[in-house]
Amino acid sequence: MQEHANDPAALVLSEDKAKPTSQPASAFAARFGWLIAILRNPKALIGLVIMVVFVFTAAFAPVIARHDPNKFVGRPHQAPSAKHWFGTTGQGKDVFSQTVWGARTSLMVGFGTGLLVTLLGIIMGMTAGYFGGWIDDVLSLLTNVVLIIPGTPLLAIMAAFLAPGKFTIILVLSVIGWAWPARVLRSQTLSLRTKDFVASSIVSGEGHFNIIFREILPNMTSLIVSGMFGSIIYAIGAETGLSFLGLTNISDVTWGSNLYWAQNNAGLLVGAWWTIVPSGLCVALIAFALAMINYAMDEITNPRLRAEKELSNVFKQRSTLATPVVRAAKRGVADGR
Amino acid sequence: MRYVLRRIGFYCVAAWASLTLNFLMPRLMPGDPASTIFARYRGQLRPEQLEAMKEAFGFNDAPLIEQYFGYLSHAVRGDFGISISAFPSPVTTVIGSGLIWTLLIGITALVISFVLGSMLGIISAWKRGSKLDNIFPPLLIFLGSFPFFWLAMVALYVLGFKAGWFPLRHAYSDRLTPAFTWPFISSVISHLILPALSIILVSIGGWVLGMRNTMINVLGEDYITLASAKGLSTRRVMFHYAARNALLPNMTAFGMALGFVLGGQIIVETVFSYPGLGYLLIRAVSNLDYPLMQGIFLMITLAVLGANLIVDLLYVRLDPRVRGS
Repeated sequence: MQEHANDPAALVLSEDKAKPTSQPASAFAARFGWLIAILRNPKALIGLVIMVVFVFTAAFAPVIARHDPNKFVGRPHQAPSAKHWFGTTGQGKDVFSQTVWGARTSLMVGFGTGLLVTLLGIIMGMTAGYFGGWIDDVLSLLTNVVLIIPGTPLLAIMAAFLAPGKFTIILVLSVIGWAWPARVLRSQTLSLRTKDFVASSIVSGEGHFNIIFREILPNMTSLIVSGMFGSIIYAIGAETGLSFLGLTNISDVTWGSNLYWAQNNAGLLVGAWWTIVPSGLCVALIAFALAMINYAMDEITNPRLRAEKELSNVFKQRSTLATPVVRAAKRGVADGR
Repeated sequence: MRYVLRRIGFYCVAAWASLTLNFLMPRLMPGDPASTIFARYRGQLRPEQLEAMKEAFGFNDAPLIEQYFGYLSHAVRGDFGISISAFPSPVTTVIGSGLIWTLLIGITALVISFVLGSMLGIISAWKRGSKLDNIFPPLLIFLGSFPFFWLAMVALYVLGFKAGWFPLRHAYSDRLTPAFTWPFISSVISHLILPALSIILVSIGGWVLGMRNTMINVLGEDYITLASAKGLSTRRVMFHYAARNALLPNMTAFGMALGFVLGGQIIVETVFSYPGLGYLLIRAVSNLDYPLMQGIFLMITLAVLGANLIVDLLYVRLDPRVRGS
């Protein structure tokens, strides 16, 4: 639940939520209402299904892939067939197995980095936003500097100096990627800090740690989760790019290194499109799925956007321009059931 | 004025930070670059090259702080040492040869995707709920999900290799020498299209969505209602009243996007062997040409900082509220 003290639409909403909690049966609905809301949203549903399929594929890679991804299994550059569903690479490896195993490393790097980035972002952003003063000045400056230094060249150079490997990549991506979530969380903390419930916790003598993590943090859950999804997208994309450039350990099977080998074995110049299509599509699909979930979460938790949806219905009925007053009133009526 | 000074101060700090980072990186990382390079070149290095490298990394037993100030004074004078792989050209010469191509491709792609994306966003917000609005944003999100370089590879394969409409690599035909003549210019343009197109395709979605969202907020304002109540033409309300104000928040995103687009561009340049800074950087990395790659990193960073400063100054010009405070 988020704080929207000044938003009439949100006020109506929170009343709405408060009512059913008196009955035990709808306590469940109040608690997990967001889950139902997500499942009802087509965007979220598409995203969730795609993501679950990929996680499943990564988890059961040894069962799903029939061949060892690093083994020579047939003539190089064979077109897709019943024997090799996605064909073979320039080194005679099975593309399907490589794609399936690639999901494992790519998702691991993605989710690992996503978690680490979010953790760093929470610590830096919330510390800056909560304490303010010189702490905020220093941390904000640091955040903005990290944000403005272009990431990819820095990544390329750091990868050149460090020993290549999965964990190096996770570490390097996190060192560069924490700034964006930190900035978003800082500004949200800044506005929550002035709310009454924080003031009352301070007066009742709660420690800073408790206030930050028990009082303020739960109010930003949706923001944190959407930030994490964004970070995962960033990490998978960056890992793919770096591997494609050959800056990571290229003997690891990831979607990026699959593409690296496809490029280096001149896969495209002999017309072997199947060496690049699966891995690229996978990266795009997972990023698309996460983005979709993010947009859906935004729609569900942000009353403004939800109102916008209804407003566009108003537009369809009578194609005139409506002022925001109509929007707020409309919500009140709709939710006053 | 205070705002401008504060921004300039910030960019100075950022520039100093990246200079320092550049200095510390080879010195703090595990292992030492010099021995890696020795091993890599297996004694093929000439004494002058060794000398150049020693100078670049300050392996002259001087205390770290002394090395640091030596490095800073060199960097301020624009002296980044001598490239190892393109010996004996100084790093700055090598960078100069790549800079123009990177600027050409970057500016072309950025301007086209910003203008086109903002236009689509304006129209999409104006016709909210229409077919266009339902199809375009999700489609562009999907396109934006592809890695830059992957679209570049596909474009290279389909449009360049299969259809043969565009050249596959380099910035201009190998048979031509750079000159201000029509054959040369047309060759440059035809080599530019594919890489620019793949950058535009990936980055345009962000502009459409950003513009659409701010437009929707602006369209709720009373002055828009008033403007249409006055009976102004749709085009006038759309562009002069709504879009003009919605454009401002997107300007700040512009600076942020710059670093991102540049990152994608580095990889796209590699796909097309386009001789810009990105291609040079990756080649420097694989050749372990540390002075060159550090020089390129600094160059790119400073360019991004400079561009951001320009955007900020423009913002002051466009938004009177910033000027007032």
